[in-house]
Amino acid sequence: MDAESLLLSLELASGSGQGLSPDRRASLLTSLLLVKRDYRYDRVLFWGRILGLVADYYIAQGLSEDQLAPRKTLYSLNCTEWSLLPPATEEMVAQSSVVKGRFMGDPSYEYEHIELQKVNEGEKVFEEEVVIQIKEETRLVYVIDQIDKAVAIIPRGALFKTPFGPTHVNRTFEGLSLSEAKKLSSYFHFREPVELKNKTLLEKADLDPSLDFMDSLEHDVPKGSWSIQMERGNALVVLRSLLWPGLTFYHAPRTRNYGYIYVGTGEKNMDLPFML
Amino acid sequence: MEESTSPKQEKENQELGEARRSWDVKTAASPQYSEPASFEPLEAKQGLETGRQSRSSRYWSPQSGARTSLGGSAGPETSSPAPLSPRESSSTPSPLAPAIQDLGAPPQSDRTTSVIPEAGTPDPDPLEQSSDKRESTHHTNQSDGNTFQQSQQPHLCGPRAVSYKNANQKELRFDVFQEEDSNSDYDLHQPATGGSEVAPSMLETTVQNAKAYLLKTSSKSGLNLYDHLSNMLTKILDERPENAVDIIENISQDVKMAHFSKKFDALQNENEMLPTYEIAEKQKALFLQVHLEGVDQELEDEIVENALPNVMESAFYFEQAGVGLGTDETYRIFLALKQLTDTHPIQRCRFWGKILGLEMNYIVAEVEFREGEDEEEVEEEDVDEERDNRESEADEDEEDELPKSLYKAPQAIPKEESRTGANKYVYFVCNEPGRPWVKLPPVTPAQIVIARKIKKFFTGRLDAPIISYPPFPGNESNYLRAQIARISAGTHVSPLGFYQFGEEEGEEEEEVEGSQNSFEENPDFEGIQVIDLVETLSNWVHHVQHILSQGRCNWFNSVQKNEEEEEEEDEEKEEPDYIEQEVGPPLLTPISEDLEIQNIPPWTTRLSSNLIPQYAIAVLQSNLWPGAYAFSNGKKFENFYIGWGHKYSPDNYTPPVPPPVYQEYPSGPEITEMDDPGVEEEQAFRAAQEAVLLAAEENEETEEDEDEEDDYD
Repeated sequence: MDAESLLLSLELASGSGQGLSPDRRASLLTSLLLVKRDYRYDRVLFWGRILGLVADYYIAQGLSEDQLAPRKTLYSLNCTEWSLLPPATEEMVAQSSVVKGRFMGDPSYEYEHIELQKVNEGEKVFEEEVVIQIKEETRLVYVIDQIDKAVAIIPRGALFKTPFGPTHVNRTFEGLSLSEAKKLSSYFHFREPVELKNKTLLEKADLDPSLDFMDSLEHDVPKGSWSIQMERGNALVVLRSLLWPGLTFYHAPRTRNYGYIYVGTGEKNMDLPFML
Repeated sequence: MEESTSPKQEKENQELGEARRSWDVKTAASPQYSEPASFEPLEAKQGLETGRQSRSSRYWSPQSGARTSLGGSAGPETSSPAPLSPRESSSTPSPLAPAIQDLGAPPQSDRTTSVIPEAGTPDPDPLEQSSDKRESTHHTNQSDGNTFQQSQQPHLCGPRAVSYKNANQKELRFDVFQEEDSNSDYDLHQPATGGSEVAPSMLETTVQNAKAYLLKTSSKSGLNLYDHLSNMLTKILDERPENAVDIIENISQDVKMAHFSKKFDALQNENEMLPTYEIAEKQKALFLQVHLEGVDQELEDEIVENALPNVMESAFYFEQAGVGLGTDETYRIFLALKQLTDTHPIQRCRFWGKILGLEMNYIVAEVEFREGEDEEEVEEEDVDEERDNRESEADEDEEDELPKSLYKAPQAIPKEESRTGANKYVYFVCNEPGRPWVKLPPVTPAQIVIARKIKKFFTGRLDAPIISYPPFPGNESNYLRAQIARISAGTHVSPLGFYQFGEEEGEEEEEVEGSQNSFEENPDFEGIQVIDLVETLSNWVHHVQHILSQGRCNWFNSVQKNEEEEEEEDEEKEEPDYIEQEVGPPLLTPISEDLEIQNIPPWTTRLSSNLIPQYAIAVLQSNLWPGAYAFSNGKKFENFYIGWGHKYSPDNYTPPVPPPVYQEYPSGPEITEMDDPGVEEEQAFRAAQEAVLLAAEENEETEEDEDEEDDYD
């Protein structure tokens, strides 16, 4: 959610029950402004909170002019001092994908993962147990990256693409209409498109290249991994992800208010197919 | 390109030049016309450039579009001045006269008003363009006065130009359009001297053609480009957005859409907003106070026996912990709870929490009825039992005796009585505050046992079936009730000492149905320091009974009754005669005794605020049931749940394996299938047989006299 409309956004996203306490809110308002100034971001988003056993991580993201460029992620333990996280590399992804369980809440905590590796010694080949240490910070980067790629969403029409390349915030976006707001196809993944090129030519013909340049939620696997609800009568549409429980996207139809926030343990719900 | 920087100055120069060139009639008093300076070429240039620039430069400065165009026009003065001059000279005579007259007589304001009835202040582009062009042509053709006045102020350019609505003017405009179309090429090619009389007519026709093209109505939408452009520029100049050039396409779209929206306005709006109004009506009912007869008395009663909890106070404390539904929502829930307590005879009521679902959510209230208020459910069960008995009897009456299965289903463990164990409280749910409250049925042990084995999302509809393996006995309302029971048993905690046991009964040997089921508030509770509550878990205790794996809180020995029946039959049975009694942790055990989940402590304690610890409260989060919270400020405490309603497990969920197939019959030698002899065995057997045969024949041959003996095997 945009740091500029933080209070309103928190109020709109409160249906999921998890929010921020007043002192965190107050610190966020101040510190995010400073972050924006210091790092010279165009927009700062408050991404959410990852619950750890000892402490919670508060995550923010900074965007540059081009909305689809890789975002910079920052984390803080007390909403006042922010530290920049490195971008996710493939090695990080490979390493951290084996770590399971809750986050501890201490960024220097190291997870130990025992792997069997084949070691060649001369002519003998035997397996040895190698203990790999993975820092919690790396895991944090990995999890945030996964969540962003999988479930960060944006309504259709909020961004538009210019022929020169960069994606801009659409200032004439006035919100989705009610009928559009209830359909999954009016929401896009906030990332570089992956499935777009697999669409047939017929489908592509109907798309508007300046608005429909991202993947929509319609074809997400498994089907039904999003729960759409209208709250407060029809004044608010809330999408909750079932794959990463804790991610809430809210949008007030016919207004420009939209955003998403993740408050959860940072664990993927692998049991989703059983639960539907 | 000079745009708004010094348009006026340049205009001035040019205009001055033009002024000098023709006559000296100056009706318009403007500071710009102070210095005459130029000559025909300049004017011509200006005209051309005006047209060209206003066409080519579509960038409007934030200030005034008109000025830009003029400024633009005033900008590069270098391109061909020549072509215009001959034209100027030639066409000067005719339009001059009317131009001058027009100039002189009407004041500028009139022109302004007459020109553009639509736009109050700045003119739309095409008009200005045209006016510019007209200007230029006028500049070239007419008096300086015209030019001056036209170029004088942006506002007036258009008006003035439009006011000269002679055919000449239009033609002139067209000519300029024509010029612009050809742009620099045209300028270069046009001879400076020759064809001066031909040029204006060509110019006119080209401008006319261009305008005709712009005015052509689209076959699809009935709009024409000219009107659309003028509307668009009017809108831009009215609204003056930042960086308009970047959003020009969107503005164009909006203008187009504005044409069509009026027809369908009423219809769409009504349909779409209906559910919003519905829910608002329902919630408005909450806010209305129901006035009954004898208000005073009832009011007093209400205040005295207040079953309603102070939801707002608890919500305030939970908000300190970062948990909560938002003030508006909580207040609505508060009012809905009040409605619940008003309509039902409730002793005590509590806001239990919110369970999220796929289509709708559940708001759950935990309620304790007054004595003797909940007799309705008992009747339903009896009806079911009778029906079952009747069915079984019908089967037995069939003639052919079907093989009766020896399978005896394990006896269903009866559910606990209301007000005891898992059914201690009654739960009401609603989807949204304002909707009617629905009572959930009491939970049976079987439901709890199976609920432990499945993991399903709630859809939000109480009558939705639960399709799972093992098959859940009931629909979503039962599953919801079972999960609520499990969550309550697992996560409802209170500070140590808040509750104490009731009357103490002497014998502790009767553990099964001992007195330790009841507890009451401790009137001497003095509170615990918040710091203490956070530091150790032993200061918190469960105040809801643990549910055994049987599914009940109080152990039910299903074998007891069987023993009586079995005495008549053989005492040796295949099934074991006793089942070990299950024992769970007794009531009011501290939560430090809770089991860990794979090295993760079952509870996380925090202070609500690190910045101001003296007023902070202690917050407990359950790691076993994510979403369960408890807070305490030393004296007060409250429990709350918000989440999807599932337990946390670090491992992935695996559905239980179906039980092995039941043995249909005991296996004995008479039914056991014998293996067919293999090839070698058969051959060996045959060989043995032949050997015996041969032996027998030999014997026959050798002993013919003897008795025939059957040597056959």
